[in-house]
Amino acid sequence: MTIKTMSFIVALTMTLPTLGAADADDDKLVINEEIAITTKTDAPAHLDGVFDEVMSGWHFRSDETQAMEMDDFDNPGMIFVEDAIETWNTAEGTEGKSCADCHGAPEDMAGVKPTYPKWNAAADQVFTLQMQVNDCRVNRMGAEAWKTDKGGSIPMEALLSSVSRGLPMNVAIDGPGRETWEKGKEIYYTRYGQLQLSCANCHEDNYGNMIRADHLSQGQVNGFPTYRLKNTKLNGAHSRFKGCIRDTRAETFSPGSPEFIALEMYVASRGNGLSVEGPSVRN
Amino acid sequence: MAQGVKPRVKAPKTAAAGETVTLKTLISHKMESGQRKDKDGNVIPRSIINRFTCEFNGKSVIDVKMEPSISTNPYFEFEAVVPEAGEFKFTWYDDDGSVYEEAKSVKIG
Repeated sequence: MTIKTMSFIVALTMTLPTLGAADADDDKLVINEEIAITTKTDAPAHLDGVFDEVMSGWHFRSDETQAMEMDDFDNPGMIFVEDAIETWNTAEGTEGKSCADCHGAPEDMAGVKPTYPKWNAAADQVFTLQMQVNDCRVNRMGAEAWKTDKGGSIPMEALLSSVSRGLPMNVAIDGPGRETWEKGKEIYYTRYGQLQLSCANCHEDNYGNMIRADHLSQGQVNGFPTYRLKNTKLNGAHSRFKGCIRDTRAETFSPGSPEFIALEMYVASRGNGLSVEGPSVRN
Repeated sequence: MAQGVKPRVKAPKTAAAGETVTLKTLISHKMESGQRKDKDGNVIPRSIINRFTCEFNGKSVIDVKMEPSISTNPYFEFEAVVPEAGEFKFTWYDDDGSVYEEAKSVKIG
């Protein structure tokens, strides 16, 4: 076979999306041989006409990376969860209270993570889980607030996520939080930066295709916080948003900003029905 | 002692005599290579786990010399034959002289 026909075949293979290596696979995710994770499910009603099916970013990773998430011992994100369990049981602040004093065991918090971000009536705004943790720290423990996606925030979010693994994401998009959700939706479809890219241009129009050497997923956040092999630490959703917007060559919003809170709420709601998966492993 | 170092081992509690079992080990450690510089341009001193060993009833199973540029939180997975009931002893040696140990006993059954 000549070089020319070979490259023709290669080119042909690349233009047929069903044959491309970047497509999502059909593997099944079960963690520790006991927690079955819903990684593909019918899209929530508000995505009518956009997606028929939503799927976790886990499907877009190689078999080796996928396997790391199937066993807590192999999941480096669980090291941070262990750290957070210590924090959970440690009294801090002027009140001399720990998380455990009010909430009991971390396992008792199962079911919390899937509902966030959600409306907090007392604060009259939408709270991410990290903001809720800080609310507890400042107002009930008399401790210092953690910064978004930094310090204790990420391990604690990972701990709260880990005890909810297997439960479906269930972010409310009606009620008083609706306005924030609409704002998040607007940001999702707004083109940013010199490259003029919106979230939707990649994660809606092109998931399953390659972006340079990497696979584009649907951009679901059910697996956050995410342990990334590239930086060997847990990464928060806001930090990921920042990275994405930076890649469009735009001035980004900051983690913890009202824009990213709204965006997290909207993106999380796009994954309603998928199982909570964090701390997940990605590359 | 380097901060936040914690050894972890996953081993089966029981095995058949002569069975080959899989052992998984991980130690949380920053594995500073000694080749990076801080913000002021000073070299961050090397601080790694430089040797890892596993013994079963005093007999060597594996002995690994480790070098810089191994990633943070080094993970080893290997197999060992269990001829009789006994104890696996895992030892990690730190650059700063610290030694971290972990043991797992295996029953025949």
